[in-house]
This record gives sequence, C-alpha cells and structure tokens, in this order.
Amino acid sequence: MSEVRLLPCGERAMLAEVDDLAAVLGLHAALEAAGLDGVVELVPAARTVLIAFDPARTDATAVGSEVRALDWRPGAREDGPLVEVPVRYDGEDLDDVASLAGISREEVVRRHLAGSYVAAFCGFAPGFAYLDGLDPALRVARRDSPRTRVPAGSVAIADRFGAVYPRESPGGWQLLGRTSLSLWDVTADPPARLVPGTRVRFVEAE
Amino acid sequence: MIEVLSPGPLSTVQDLGRPGLAALGVGVSGAADRRSLRLANRLAGNPEGAAAIELTLGGLRVRFARDVRVALAGAPCEVVAGVRRRLLAMDTAERVASGEELRVGSPSAGVRTYLAVAGGIAVEPVLGSRSTDTLAGLGPARLARGDVLPIGSAAGGGPPAAGAELAGAFDVVAGGEPSLRITPGPRADWFADEVRARLAATPWTVTPRSDRVGVRLEGPALERAVEGELPPEGMVEGALQVPPDGRPVLFLADHPVTGGYPVIAIVVADDIPLAAQARPGTRLRFVNRR
Repeated sequence: MSEVRLLPCGERAMLAEVDDLAAVLGLHAALEAAGLDGVVELVPAARTVLIAFDPARTDATAVGSEVRALDWRPGAREDGPLVEVPVRYDGEDLDDVASLAGISREEVVRRHLAGSYVAAFCGFAPGFAYLDGLDPALRVARRDSPRTRVPAGSVAIADRFGAVYPRESPGGWQLLGRTSLSLWDVTADPPARLVPGTRVRFVEAE
Repeated sequence: MIEVLSPGPLSTVQDLGRPGLAALGVGVSGAADRRSLRLANRLAGNPEGAAAIELTLGGLRVRFARDVRVALAGAPCEVVAGVRRRLLAMDTAERVASGEELRVGSPSAGVRTYLAVAGGIAVEPVLGSRSTDTLAGLGPARLARGDVLPIGSAAGGGPPAAGAELAGAFDVVAGGEPSLRITPGPRADWFADEVRARLAATPWTVTPRSDRVGVRLEGPALERAVEGELPPEGMVEGALQVPPDGRPVLFLADHPVTGGYPVIAIVVADDIPLAAQARPGTRLRFVNRR
C-alpha cells in the first residue's frame, strides 16, 4: 500500500493525492470496489482522485478514515473491460512524430500498435480518455499551435498519453490516424466507451 | 408550447444538471444560481429540479400557445405580459394566457433570472438532464429566435409555494459588496501565508469575461510560492483556481471537470448563488469560514 495524502476540497469533496498514475489507478479501483457510504462520485486524474460525498450522509472525517483504511496496490485492475480500436494510420502528424522521436513512420505505428493501454482518467472533453501505456519512445510534446477542429475518431498522442477524440473538438495532440469506432454516444449507458479502468488495444484497420 | 421571439443576450434551458458523470469527463452544469431555479419552480408548482429558462441579463421575449402558470425568480426584471403590458411580479406565481407575449426587461441587479413554467420545459434530455453545458457543448443549443419549446407535465411539486414558505429566499440578489465564505482549497499550500491572507483582505472585481464557466476576478495578483506544473486534477463548483496571471477564477456550473492550475480556496455551496448573480464591476469579498 502506498501513501495517500488527503487534501481539503470544500464541504462536499476531498482530493486524494498519490505518488503517480499507477497509484491513481490502484486507489481508484479500490475506491470503486469499496463503494464507501455517502461517496457519490470519484474523479481520477493524473495524480489524484477527487472523492465527492453527500454531506447529508457523511463527512470529510469519516470518508478520510475509510480511505486511509483501504487496502490497495498501485496498478490498473487486470479484469477491466477490453476495447479493440481499429486504426487507419494516416494521421497528419505521423511524419512530425517520427522525426521528433527519431524513428521511422513505420516504427511509430509498430510501437503504437504494440502497446497495452488502460483508460486512466477522462478530462478535456466528454468521453476523452487519457490512455496510459504509451511506449516511452513515442513521448512527444503537443503541437505548438492547437488545431481548431480535430475530427471525431482521431487517434492521437501527447506527452505520456494516448487518446482517441470522442467528438469533434479543438485539440493540440499529435494525430496518428483515425478510427471508425464510435467512442461517444449520449443514448448509450455509459455514453463513453473508454471509462476509467477500460483496457485498450489498437489494431490496424483493414 | 413556448415560442421564442427574442432570446436576449443569452438564454438557455437549465435544470439541476448531470451529477455523477465527472469520471467520464461530463460536468454537472445546470442552473448557475440553483437557489433561484428551485424557487421559481416551487412558485410555479413544479418539482425543484424541473427545467426552466435561465436568462442572462434578461431581454427574453416569448409567446405562450396555451394558458399557463409561470414564475420568475433571481435577478429582478420588469416583466410584462399581453398587449396591455400587464406587469408581472417577481417571486410570485403568475398566469399568462394563450397567445400572450411575455417580455422580460433588463435586471435592476444581478445577472440571471429564471423563468419557470408549470409542467417544466420539456426539451429532449441528454444524459438525464435538459441543461445546456456551454463548455462541453452538451444538451440543447442556447435559445434562438423561432425556437419552439414544449411544455411538459412535470408533476409532484404540489401546490405553488407562496408567502411565508419563501421567507428568506429573496436575498439572493443582494446589492453592495457580497461576502462569500471560503474554506481552504487543495493547493492552498502553493501560496505563501500573506498571499492567502490577501485573498480575504482585498475586494475583488468581477470582470466582463465572466460566464457560466466561471467568474473571472480582477485584483492584486495571487502569486504562487511553488513553481512548476500541476498535473490536471478534479475540480469542483466554487473552486477558486489561480492561473499563472494570479487572477482567480471562481468556477460556476459549467466549469471544466479537471484543471491544471492550483485551487487556493473553495467558496461554500450556499454562497455560490451570490457569485452567479455578481455582475461585471461588482466588488466581492471572501471571508474565511470558521
């Protein structure tokens, strides 16, 4: 079990801070499994889990001691749902990524396909999941100037994360390709296909 | 049915939003001033969370296709109905007849006025809510001239609230210098003691760049004691986030689900309506809650 720092966040939430993303995945999975009384929402992020609670049912002291008493290990749960994302690797930034990474375009694709990813947290836009598990050789910065319009289904990378744009939006990530898989559907439950804890593999589209 | 003749500067449909979806990157949204939305709904005989119209700086003109009970709460406006321009009172259940036009003027104070209609506004819900999330682009589009809004049959609100029941509910749009109570934020320790003290010691001016996402404040810069990047982390309504320029942003209903700037303090939930009703130029004060 690694350390959790509990930070105040108003009357209805607290922020649990841990050492790294692996610890976030582990703590988030444990919190989900524990279903603490009065906890209404968990929002994982890069190094924290926001724990929102109903002040009519519990308080920060009670939630805090329950969180501290949790038994958990860093790392994603291994039984998360698995989603295969078929990709056509024709992204506008493939050449830039290859040159930034100092490898060939083909090697970028090979390494991106070889990764086992897990949706660590959502943010930026509805259903936009930050995928952990990117090959370190593919760690490249965001584009200097973001695009005003990135199409839905764009498969992208930035810094240490992978992502698939669930809807059309502005964005500064490096585009590797596109998928026809729908990742956001407001009539589905849940509306996002890549909820935190989902395992993701990319496969080359026919 | 309600026909929108003119939406004014910004009118949207709002209810109590989409709680519980933040892990999917979906914020709560909903009425910026929930207290006034609830009040308008109670007056109209609706459940408190029924969908109503949130007017930003008034200016709405609508026509009703049937007799209906309405109620307006929040920022006080002159409201007239019908060809004889009958005056309707704020914070009161009123009747509007089929074919009558209802005109809302500009508020004499505050920013947001809520128009509740008995039965609720029955536009198609998205993810369980009829709210427009202006940041995420979820829910119905902002109202536009020519829109036709269905009226629902939201029931269970009981008879319209009135009189003594509502005592104390009218102080939302206080004049002067509103005081908002704060508690320490998760990154209060990113700021030196004297900077934290400055947050509570100085008045902050609401800027015109304020919207449903947040109230952007002008005042002495709150410089950080900690350098470096903060990885994005979950944000809550009422958070006072401090961007690199040191001018805090007070997050309202459409705030981003995660943010990468330190939160120095959190405004208590009961005082968020005061922030949502503070117009540009208003001076706000923060007081530490004991």
